[in-house]
Amino acid sequence: MPLVPNKFYSIFTLFIVIFFTVNTVQAKDAEASVDLKKEIKEYITHHLQDAYDFSLFSYTNKSGKHIYIGFPLPVILWDEELHVFLSSKLDHGEKLVASGNKYYKLDHGKIYRTDASGVISYDESHHVKNIAPLDLSITKGVASMILIATLMFFLFRSLARSYEKNGGVPNGIGRFFEPIVLYIRDDIARPNIGDKKHGKYMSFLLTVFFFIWFLNILGLTPLGVNVTGNIAVTFGLALLTFLITNLTGTKDYWLHIFDPLGSSMKWFAKIPLYVILIPIEVLGIFIKPFSLLIRLYANMQAGHIVLMSLIGLMFIFKSWLGSPLSFGLAFAISIIELLVALLQAYIFTMLSALYFGFAAEEHEHH
Amino acid sequence: MVGAGLVVIGVGMGIGRIGGSAMEAIGRQPDAYGKIQTAMLIAAALVEGIGFAALFAV
Repeated sequence: MPLVPNKFYSIFTLFIVIFFTVNTVQAKDAEASVDLKKEIKEYITHHLQDAYDFSLFSYTNKSGKHIYIGFPLPVILWDEELHVFLSSKLDHGEKLVASGNKYYKLDHGKIYRTDASGVISYDESHHVKNIAPLDLSITKGVASMILIATLMFFLFRSLARSYEKNGGVPNGIGRFFEPIVLYIRDDIARPNIGDKKHGKYMSFLLTVFFFIWFLNILGLTPLGVNVTGNIAVTFGLALLTFLITNLTGTKDYWLHIFDPLGSSMKWFAKIPLYVILIPIEVLGIFIKPFSLLIRLYANMQAGHIVLMSLIGLMFIFKSWLGSPLSFGLAFAISIIELLVALLQAYIFTMLSALYFGFAAEEHEHH
Repeated sequence: MVGAGLVVIGVGMGIGRIGGSAMEAIGRQPDAYGKIQTAMLIAAALVEGIGFAALFAV
């Protein structure tokens, strides 16, 4: 049937022609689009940052005021004494909050102490000069993490309990998670750490895998949370890997770092080599978890930027052809991001297991 | 900016080679599929890290 492809091609050509005509016509009002591009850029950076309230969406009403729909979260500040208030009081930086005998104001996503008139002063390089109090707030990211942690607790408690009840057979959602748990044990932990020692690392590997995976998936929902794309979160996770690796390190692990050549060489021959080798090995201890934290952070951050930019295309094209294009691209990237969400969790767990394997190694001495 | 572009080209070629070689290896030894895939993902992740470092340096 040659008719169908021909028809398809002619429609496709028509689409392309219309697309370019629409584009050239639109190029004329470029000035308005510069403003729009700036707004989209701001929107993306705003999305990537953590926020003090859980806003679901916002719009500008007829009188030009931004209306935010969502719910507030508690702000906890330590500034000589404890200050606790709801983030709705900050009103996205519009209002000054009086707590105790001090005043606080939100400026570009950060809370600063101000005087009673609420003035925020800047130095020459445009940094805020006001004092920032120690911030222990339950932000959007923290709230999402608590949500996922609670979810995981009940999910895996019920999975563990179903083994007791049914005599070794999981029920419900546990049937979905059992193979994944077994995969982490048999294909990640065992080959990398060894049959004897993998048991004591399993709890961390499982927790970190599901925590990262669930948070990545949550980041793809329209809730708009970006937790694993926050460098502080990935830093915390990598710090745990770093601590576990080095605190459970055996004698052989440290010998490998400070005396990698062992008895295969005379001590005076080792000195010039070790001047170079030992600093590199010591640096390696820190580079390993550092690469972990950068990889997860950068992957999730980049995924969110790409996705948001593609959605932003819709507002730049402003044509009935641009929207399906933007939707199609965003849809395809979303599918890839679903894969990346799993892949990044897998790689973090895999590399953690690899590092634990180094720490747990025991050589036969010869 | 140009440097970041060059790095991304390099990273793309690198990951492409890793993927291609892994496919070849699986073709030669289909039994070792799991092990090759794991090694491939680790290598690809390491290369990818360099790419992101370049992108974030811009």
